[in-house]
Amino acid sequence: MKERAILLVLLLGMSACAKRAVDAPASGAAAVPSGAVLTEVSGGKQVTRIGALLDQPVVVQLNDAQGTAIPGAVLSLSGAQGVKFDPASGPTDATGQFTTLVSAPGTSGRFQLLASTTDGKVQLKVEQVALGYEQLLGRQLSNQYCVRCHDPESTPERVSNMDNLDPKPHAFTEGDTYNKFSDADLTAIIGHGGPALNKASSMPPFGFTLSPSEIQALTSYIRAISDPPYSDTTRVYASK
Amino acid sequence: MNGLRSLWNKFFGNSSRAFGSMSVILLLSLAIAPAKDFFSEWRHAQKNYVKLIRTRADAVTLERHVEPGLQQIWHPELGVVDRCTTCHLGLKEASLSNVTQQPFAKHPPIPHSLTQFGCVICHRGQGTATTEREAHHSTDSWEEPLLPANYIEASCGQCHLSPLRGTPTLNEGRRLLASEGCARCHNIKLADGSVVVPTDDPPELNHIADKTTREWIFAWVKNPQAYAASSTMPNFGFSDDDARDISAFLVAQSTKGPYPARTVKAASSDPNTVQQGASLYGQSFCASCHATQNAAGNLVGGDFGPELTRVGSKLKPEWLESWIRDPATYDPETRMPHFRLDDKQVGLISNYLQSKTDSDLLANVHLEPATQKQAEHGRALVLEYGCASCHQINGVKKPENFAPDLSRIGSKPFAQLAFPAGVEHTLPNYLTSKISKPRAFGAGLKMPKFALTTPQVDALATALLSLTSRANALPASLRIATQHESHYQPAGKAGQLISDLRCFSCHAFNGRGGTMAPDLSWEGSSVQREWLVDFLKNPNTLRPALIRRMPKFNLTGAEINTLTDYILTVYQNPAFDRDEIAPSSLTPQLAEQGKQLYYSKYSCQSCHMIDAQKDKGYIGPVLSQAGLRLTPAWTYQWLRNPQALRPGTIEPNQHMDDADAKALTAYLMTLKLRAKQGGN
Repeated sequence: MKERAILLVLLLGMSACAKRAVDAPASGAAAVPSGAVLTEVSGGKQVTRIGALLDQPVVVQLNDAQGTAIPGAVLSLSGAQGVKFDPASGPTDATGQFTTLVSAPGTSGRFQLLASTTDGKVQLKVEQVALGYEQLLGRQLSNQYCVRCHDPESTPERVSNMDNLDPKPHAFTEGDTYNKFSDADLTAIIGHGGPALNKASSMPPFGFTLSPSEIQALTSYIRAISDPPYSDTTRVYASK
Repeated sequence: MNGLRSLWNKFFGNSSRAFGSMSVILLLSLAIAPAKDFFSEWRHAQKNYVKLIRTRADAVTLERHVEPGLQQIWHPELGVVDRCTTCHLGLKEASLSNVTQQPFAKHPPIPHSLTQFGCVICHRGQGTATTEREAHHSTDSWEEPLLPANYIEASCGQCHLSPLRGTPTLNEGRRLLASEGCARCHNIKLADGSVVVPTDDPPELNHIADKTTREWIFAWVKNPQAYAASSTMPNFGFSDDDARDISAFLVAQSTKGPYPARTVKAASSDPNTVQQGASLYGQSFCASCHATQNAAGNLVGGDFGPELTRVGSKLKPEWLESWIRDPATYDPETRMPHFRLDDKQVGLISNYLQSKTDSDLLANVHLEPATQKQAEHGRALVLEYGCASCHQINGVKKPENFAPDLSRIGSKPFAQLAFPAGVEHTLPNYLTSKISKPRAFGAGLKMPKFALTTPQVDALATALLSLTSRANALPASLRIATQHESHYQPAGKAGQLISDLRCFSCHAFNGRGGTMAPDLSWEGSSVQREWLVDFLKNPNTLRPALIRRMPKFNLTGAEINTLTDYILTVYQNPAFDRDEIAPSSLTPQLAEQGKQLYYSKYSCQSCHMIDAQKDKGYIGPVLSQAGLRLTPAWTYQWLRNPQALRPGTIEPNQHMDDADAKALTAYLMTLKLRAKQGGN
């Protein structure tokens, strides 16, 4: 026990030293003036599966108060347990940008990344979504049955039907619309079609095509990617 | 010294003192075991869990579910002894879904009950362990740490040997194992005894000198992706000398192909002729299978056949013409159909393809005439690198057991693996590095570098990680076996035509064939004769938004009759008779009722078009000819339950009653817009 304690103290000491060595700005690193701002250039709000690499790198931009890029300042990224970065820290390039590849954590749901300067005074939160089994199944089903009407984007392989419909269907990311529906409402509208909730009859019923667990997977996926995020107000988890 | 002696006397001076001291020592030593147990990691976790749930609104309910002490899931028939639930106490608590603190988070929903199979079957790790370190990580006596979440679908693949909707990564990995040629060198046997069968189509090289030049072979062997970024052929990292010798050997072994020699006209660079060829290429829907790079550098077209961006720098004109005329004379196994083009059309398409050159590709390739020695060295390289695993080459046999067997790779002990520097010692890391950077494992290794993206490498690793010893040891009753493609072959003259036109490349019939185009197993119940004849004469697409379309095969009237007769008599759905609804029973009143249903109750116009002015649905087929195309019986059955006729079709089952389905059928049968004569 004692050896362990000594070892632990030693290790802690060593890691603290090591951390200091890493944190210390490399010689020649640019100082970050007060009033500097970090902004997201690209790579936010991506959807991937748990543990997987995000399709696009996350790119952040460091500018001073006047909006001029700050090159050579060291930025570091951190995130929830299990989030991996490649690289986790480094200097901004000539245009003040820092680019990193991000892998999602092992638990499903929304996760945040925190980009910050070494002194921690300038910070930026970037949000991403990791899909678990149920939501992945939902995404597969959505790709097969839903996105032709619910996704405004057309690809050469898949032309969007959204503009043909009146009223227009809502993209699944439209949290402002979907968050107003309870789980029961969503299940009803998918299962029985639009008329079930006095909505358009152009939304057909899928309850005779999809199983209840498949509809549950679809709602779970819609909840996972909605923006702003969905919070279930009907259930209260914590009393304090 | 004296002090020590007095201390000794104090505790062991006489027998009663010694007895007393010994008793205390004994008592203390006896307390060690319970103390160790009391201060154990898992008890600590259980105390923390109770602290956590006491802050929650439903604390009473949650606390009632807590069973103190070591927990165990025990399934001797599966080899499962899992004590994970000792610390992971909140796995089944739905109300803990917002807890992220481990080990107390709720398990996300999966299709199995959490106690049905235990934890380790999916997550790996050491189930019997009661400390986090031993349970999650590899130790001296345990080589199977937790499986990272990125590869978790591998676990589904231990029992589910056929594609599963919820595991896209595993499905993609298995597809790649077959399509990237992995299974050509490696033996990959699944737990049900089936073997991964390659689905790629590497060309035979017996007659390669007819097809292309030695210079092109040199450039291709050096770097296949420089010719076509989408090529499946991996990069072997050959030196200039090696590539020179391999090209020398491949040309030397090539024999004359079995097709008539014809003289061809010199390629015309006249823009008009090239343009005519380009439009014929478009009208023949070559792009349904072949891709070309557009000006922006994006690939446009299908990936079923090879990319044709630089094909003019590769193929000899005589070979190209002969191939377009009838591909099967060169390669009887090819997936490309026999288009029945006339000489002028062949010349136009050939001329157009020859214009697709890349002057940079062969600009720096200057080869001296090959020597005997170079060809011999080339042959040695071809043998060493197992080229004949994929390609047919004269005088070189397909090697047996060329690469390691991968049937149990998912359980490979680390001790048997050599890791390159800088790679963390885990099995997933080994597999992903081996696939993406095979030569980092040693300069003399044979495995080539494949042009794969990171998600593809992860998918392949997932598929390989599913090939575990456990998968083979699990009871066979748990296995969902691989789906085998049937060996269905249509008979007679029509069967020959179906083979000649390579219908199976895109369409499936009775469990065999491609997925690019509709399954035709029941086409005979579905369509009317005159429509099918017209369609085969001039295939117009039914789906305006589709870019991949059926090509025109230039069939003769007799051929069309043979095909139509065969399809209408043989490909019938046994569940109903195609003539069971008499057209006379579909009255105009019924049709009027159906029209109301079409536009109001069922909003069919959301997905289908009838009136090109009014309707805009892009999803389903255009219905303006439904009354000419479909049989009433099929239409009725389809409306009642589309999935019963074509599983997985996007049209939902509306649970339509008999009367509505009848009325809609009546309306659809009135739609008989004739295509304009002479139109394409």
